[in-house]
Amino acid sequence: MTGDLAALALIFTQLSLLAFGGGNTVLPEMQRQVVEVHHWITASQFSAMFALAQAAPGPNMMIVPLIGWHVAGFPGVLVSSLAKFGPSSLLTALALHVWNRFQDRPWRNAVRAGLAPVTAGLVAASAVVITGASAPSWSLALIVAGVAAAATLTRLHPLILLAAGGCLGLYGIGQP
Amino acid sequence: MDGSARQDAPSTAGLFLGFFQLGLTGFGGVLPLARRMLVERRGWLTAEQFTELLGLCQFLPGGNIINLSVAVGMKFRGVAGALAAILGLIAAPTAVVIGLGVIYDRTQDDPHIRHLFAGLSAAAAGLLVSLAVKLARPLRRSAAGLAIAALGVVAVAVLRLPLLPTMLVLAPLSIALHARRAA
Repeated sequence: MTGDLAALALIFTQLSLLAFGGGNTVLPEMQRQVVEVHHWITASQFSAMFALAQAAPGPNMMIVPLIGWHVAGFPGVLVSSLAKFGPSSLLTALALHVWNRFQDRPWRNAVRAGLAPVTAGLVAASAVVITGASAPSWSLALIVAGVAAAATLTRLHPLILLAAGGCLGLYGIGQP
Repeated sequence: MDGSARQDAPSTAGLFLGFFQLGLTGFGGVLPLARRMLVERRGWLTAEQFTELLGLCQFLPGGNIINLSVAVGMKFRGVAGALAAILGLIAAPTAVVIGLGVIYDRTQDDPHIRHLFAGLSAAAAGLLVSLAVKLARPLRRSAAGLAIAALGVVAVAVLRLPLLPTMLVLAPLSIALHARRAA
């Protein structure tokens, strides 16, 4: 248990400091650690937890306390949340004071412009990894494609698309 | 209305309650709601202040909204305000998601629940694909940007390399490419 808590702390502290561009960029690393390195859950359970977190209100990283809960109960929730949200928050609080001073420095824009493609690539990697784990059959892959198209081309609310996917699954579409 | 913040600095309790409400109501993307609460409804920030703070939060690692709660709390009430804001933001969603997780754990052997979650997971993956498309679109005309993004996909999704060394290579490389072009 203590070992699990220490592992949770280590994993999520690292993810906290690497999540340039937001939590969705670190999903593949989170999945790699939680599924492949520590074998706490399976890849499809990870996808289900990700989906649960998307369906819940609030910031989009609510998969973090969920993993903590699954691994070590309430202490796991506390440790994983503190590790994931603490270090980046500390950085934010510290940076607040120096940020405005650098407003006109050219490096600030270079860093911002330089991080954008990295973020885009990592979110695309997340999409590949999560899709791979969530679509073991061609019909589930069709749901992925349909929701992706609808979310890109229309202004339908994400919750409606999640509900539609859940209903399609419930009525047996996509089952092998 | 957007010229200057309309109200006095919020109290620590006010920060907690404001972000608590935001955490409970923000489904599938809290950012537009955050702007409405901070700028339009409560008047804690001007539109310019919001954009400037958001710029900082997007620049730093971590979720935008989480960072924004810390920055707003810190700005008005220091460390106590930052703690009140972030705890307000994540308290309710954490409770909700764990409640859903407990239900899922108890019922995941039921075939109906398995089917439901197969569809739900596929839909969540679809939302992520859409986000990736939207983020990649602005890179269309930048060969360097596309190359960096493609390298990221190959390293992380195909080769399954750890994130830390990947970032240590890709981020400086990309920033150097952009700095040279800007110079």
